[in-house]
Amino acid sequence: MSEIGRLSYFKIILEKAPVILLIVSVLNEFDLNYSNLKYFSFNFPFILIYYWSLKRSGSIGYGLIFLSGLFNDVVVGMPIGVSALAYLLICGFSAYLRNITLRPSLVKDWFFFGFTILVVNSVIYVVVSLFFHIQIIYVDILVNILFTFLLYVIFSNLFDYYQRLVFGAVND
Amino acid sequence: MQASRDDFVIAIRSAFLKKENKQKFSLIALILLASIILALEKYNFKAVDYLKISLKEIAYRSSFIVSIPENLTKNFYEKTKNHFFVYNENIQLKKDLKDQLSKKYNIEFILSENERLKSTIDDLDYFSDEILAKVLIDRQSPFLKSVIVNKGSRDKVTMGMAVLDDDYLVGKIVEVTYSTSRVLLLSDLNSKIPVDIMPSDVKSILSGTGKNHGIIQYIKDESIIENDSRVFTSGAGNIFKSGIPVGKIEKNPGSAELNVNFFSDFSQLRFVKLILFKMEEN
Repeated sequence: MSEIGRLSYFKIILEKAPVILLIVSVLNEFDLNYSNLKYFSFNFPFILIYYWSLKRSGSIGYGLIFLSGLFNDVVVGMPIGVSALAYLLICGFSAYLRNITLRPSLVKDWFFFGFTILVVNSVIYVVVSLFFHIQIIYVDILVNILFTFLLYVIFSNLFDYYQRLVFGAVND
Repeated sequence: MQASRDDFVIAIRSAFLKKENKQKFSLIALILLASIILALEKYNFKAVDYLKISLKEIAYRSSFIVSIPENLTKNFYEKTKNHFFVYNENIQLKKDLKDQLSKKYNIEFILSENERLKSTIDDLDYFSDEILAKVLIDRQSPFLKSVIVNKGSRDKVTMGMAVLDDDYLVGKIVEVTYSTSRVLLLSDLNSKIPVDIMPSDVKSILSGTGKNHGIIQYIKDESIIENDSRVFTSGAGNIFKSGIPVGKIEKNPGSAELNVNFFSDFSQLRFVKLILFKMEEN
């Protein structure tokens, strides 16, 4: 009996992995800054939120995404609400793609993700730069967008594999 | 044409307005809430400040715990890296030690002479309250170069305190909560401090670049400054006392820019000193 109980706890943890990953990634971004790679950074929460909102809507609640955005702003030191807005816009874009897609494909998802992060980063730029007058290094933002876009394919495949392992099939 | 526009509207409406299965809130409601919070913050609404303070207290502590695995990885990476360079580093250190020893005796003499001269002319001197703090978070975002330390208003940390790594300036306190504070690093794009460049004795402003180095601004003639010149705080504006070492000049061949390589490595900060300099009369 206790063995079954332990297994069900383990299953719950596995099912809640996207949520745990989101919390961990906003509190401690996997930015590899200690490796001193001059032109390397990516936004893991963007990939995570887009993928799971697209493929398994409901696995991360919108309320939690909103809260994690607030925490991200506090940790990074940005005006509070910017990341929450960005994350929710990503959810909106992925929900839109899900609604219009009949036959999903990785390439379509990937390019739409590229479009999404361009729009979302533009919104962040408008809010941070025009309303709050914070200076921005454009090269860093462009590099961040580029690597986030490129790494989506890798993470998407990893998450597909994880879905197959935990939920039994990839939910398209 | 009309049908495709309708499809688009329906898809958008369904994505943003409809509350989805397993979701407690609709997207548009949360987007509006985030926008309202942003607007209120823009106009410094008190409630947003309280929300921010509460979130900070939770986030900074949680972030420190969540960062433990990454910090362990970071330490392991640094140790491995240092291990490979230990031989060359040893040779360099021996050479540096020899140089430093010869300078030390000279400095001791100058210091005692300086104190004697200051007391002769009844000049103002500085004394400082020093607080040792541990770096909790050193997450570098593309927007802000800052670190969080584990001392806040309960430890009598105040805005504008200088932050030192050993004897080297690394930044200043820009945000204080009850138990933590945020240090704006010298490398941040918004950081600007008055400096003296030695031995040319040129006063200037050191600005952050958002990268690992700073840049000297508002200087008339760059040619009088030599490569490897030392940069110290000038004490202008009474933010920091004068003479705190900051970094050294690196001239780019083919460019008029004067870069400053900081003495301290901001990615390796573990413990820092928070110092409030006050003037006292002799």
